[in-house]
Amino acid sequence: MPRIKAHFDRLSHLFLPLSVLVILIVINLIKGADYFRITMVNGAFYGNIPNILFGASELVILAIGMTLVTAASRGQDISIGEIGAIASAIFVQYVLRAGSAVTLWTILAGFLISCVAGLLIGAFNGTLVSFFRVQPMVATLILFLGGRSIAFIIDGKVSPILANEISNQIGTVIPGVPIQTPIILTAVFIAVVVVVLKTTNLRLYVEAVGINPNAARLNGIDPKKIIFLTFLIMGVCSAVAGFIAVNKAGRHDSVNLLKFIMMDAILAVALGGNSLGGGKFSITGSIIGAYTIEILNRTLLRLEVNPEAIKAFKAVFIIILMVIASPVVRAFVRKVVDKAKTIVAANSVRKTVGLNKAVFFITDSSAGKKEE
Amino acid sequence: MEALSTTKQRSRISNSTLLFIIAGIIFFLMYGFALISFPGSFMQFQTFFDLFNFNAALFIVTLGMCIVMIAGGIDISVGAVCGLVTMACAMLLQSGAGNVWEALLLALGIGLAFGLMHGYLIAYLEIQPFIITLAGMFLAQGLLTTLHKDPLNVTKPAFVALRNFTIEIPWLGTVNRLGVFIPCEIKPGVFVVLVLVILYAVLMKWSRFGRNVYAVGGNIQSARMLGINVKKTLFLSYVICGLTAGIGGFVFLMTTGAGNIGNGALFEIKAIAANVMGGILLNGGVGNLLGAPIGTLTLLTINELIRAAGVQSNLQAIVSGLLLYLFIVLQSIVMSLRSGRKFRLTLPPWLKPHRLPEEKEAGNQG
Repeated sequence: MPRIKAHFDRLSHLFLPLSVLVILIVINLIKGADYFRITMVNGAFYGNIPNILFGASELVILAIGMTLVTAASRGQDISIGEIGAIASAIFVQYVLRAGSAVTLWTILAGFLISCVAGLLIGAFNGTLVSFFRVQPMVATLILFLGGRSIAFIIDGKVSPILANEISNQIGTVIPGVPIQTPIILTAVFIAVVVVVLKTTNLRLYVEAVGINPNAARLNGIDPKKIIFLTFLIMGVCSAVAGFIAVNKAGRHDSVNLLKFIMMDAILAVALGGNSLGGGKFSITGSIIGAYTIEILNRTLLRLEVNPEAIKAFKAVFIIILMVIASPVVRAFVRKVVDKAKTIVAANSVRKTVGLNKAVFFITDSSAGKKEE
Repeated sequence: MEALSTTKQRSRISNSTLLFIIAGIIFFLMYGFALISFPGSFMQFQTFFDLFNFNAALFIVTLGMCIVMIAGGIDISVGAVCGLVTMACAMLLQSGAGNVWEALLLALGIGLAFGLMHGYLIAYLEIQPFIITLAGMFLAQGLLTTLHKDPLNVTKPAFVALRNFTIEIPWLGTVNRLGVFIPCEIKPGVFVVLVLVILYAVLMKWSRFGRNVYAVGGNIQSARMLGINVKKTLFLSYVICGLTAGIGGFVFLMTTGAGNIGNGALFEIKAIAANVMGGILLNGGVGNLLGAPIGTLTLLTINELIRAAGVQSNLQAIVSGLLLYLFIVLQSIVMSLRSGRKFRLTLPPWLKPHRLPEEKEAGNQG
């Protein structure tokens, strides 16, 4: 019994995103029972679920990076869309230079070059945040202001078109594979992140730095290095997201590519039950949060909400969600529940003496909760 | 400058004052550079006044954001609230249902409503300010697009009179090529800016609320232990910010005379950048309120300079980003040099022990 309880406590941070997910799915099912239906079109799966996975692929990747940055540096990177735009501009230029003979190797080399570009830009942000001790949001404001213009200058013209077979396949679907390629890429990325987090000390270090940089420092973890590292990871995540986004779109629109996605990414991190003030983090929560946002967007469209009012509905939804999840409301609910439990227990004590143990157990557990 | 004289004893300048002085010096250097390189346009007083005339709303919004930033929070909904106010007031005036005063009341009401919502949710329910104000931004944008999608020009005579109302300064002006004297013009929005700057500066410097805001922004735990009502202070700071955004929206409408979806776009980012340039840190607790207008002026001067230099529009954004970069790095170096000195400011105890090894690095950087 205590072991199961401990297990649930460990997963309690997932309660919020999962319950939201369930509510949204129920709303969708009420709207139409065929929500989960998946059809095969030209040998690939299509339907609501694949569309959500397809649409949220960049957001998930960015949310992973944002989780790490938030946990370590106690701030947010608001330049992720711009980093993605710059990195994908370099990728597009590399591919276009190759001319008509685009092979898989060209794409791969271009992808690696864009990742290196993402690393460099991440290093720029990271240097400011870790070594100059600038607040993350201010440091990344620089690229937020200038990033899209840099991407445009790299492009040299308005939205160059990426017209080759391989890019098209990466953006949509590879013949013979039933799942859309961005979904596969996202899955691979998540797998890599999970392996890295399981095999290295990254999670421990990031959490230590986020909870208390001074304590981490006294324990031999250099907070500067860790924060710098998270910004490097953020740069790579942005480059990968830019790569997927540009292949999906088929052309590089430096103005609108990944525009204002940082808001959604930060929202995903918060929805996932992570504190925006740094410290412990949950990648799973962020991923679920990212998919939740995509489902929310699609649900509002499905409910035929006036397109102009979608943002307002989204805002109301976020506010209700955050109120439910707020620490004050949670503490209040817990208090009420505890009180109800003690009343019930006190009533049962009168009937039988044998239930005394239960009373002790309940009072113990409630006392334990207060200590938390 | 009066802040300098009060803290002058024993050559200990507070971080706020130091950053404010740096911001002031940078602004004067920037404007001096502008005067030298483009004397034709910047020598005229009208150019300087136009910075205020056309950007009065930005000045006002920056002031509200400044108080929230000193309290250690952030409000990214100000731009959207500003835009919503312009559109709502324009619709009220254009439909003929209300006069200018009612429009002003509506502006204040919308600002107050957003401020109360943000303040209650952030201060009393302890939700992260970024998320709540992000939701506020979405809400304001959504309401704005629901209200009216197309630009709405206000043609009500009373309002047009207010829009075109200018105050001429007879003893200041320029003589044009034909030898005709053109006096300088000031729009009424500038007076709103002036009144608000003075009001807020007094509020932050001499009122109990102002000191509480600094204490809460500096260290929320010690503020609580000092017996400060942290929740009330945070709540009021967001209410003031919302109200200021409402006023900013009305002034915006007074300047442009039309409600538009794009009104107030990116004001939140501009306001943050201006405050950072004015020496107000996002961490909270540090900053002089007068830094907000100084920072806004610096930002606008940079933009004017770039425009005067005729740089390609894409380079403009890059150059302003680069200047912001230089500014941030300069601030950071000054702050770290300062913390390396012997007679440094009385830091909170939890900052002291780990500074020791970093003094060397700070010295190396300098």
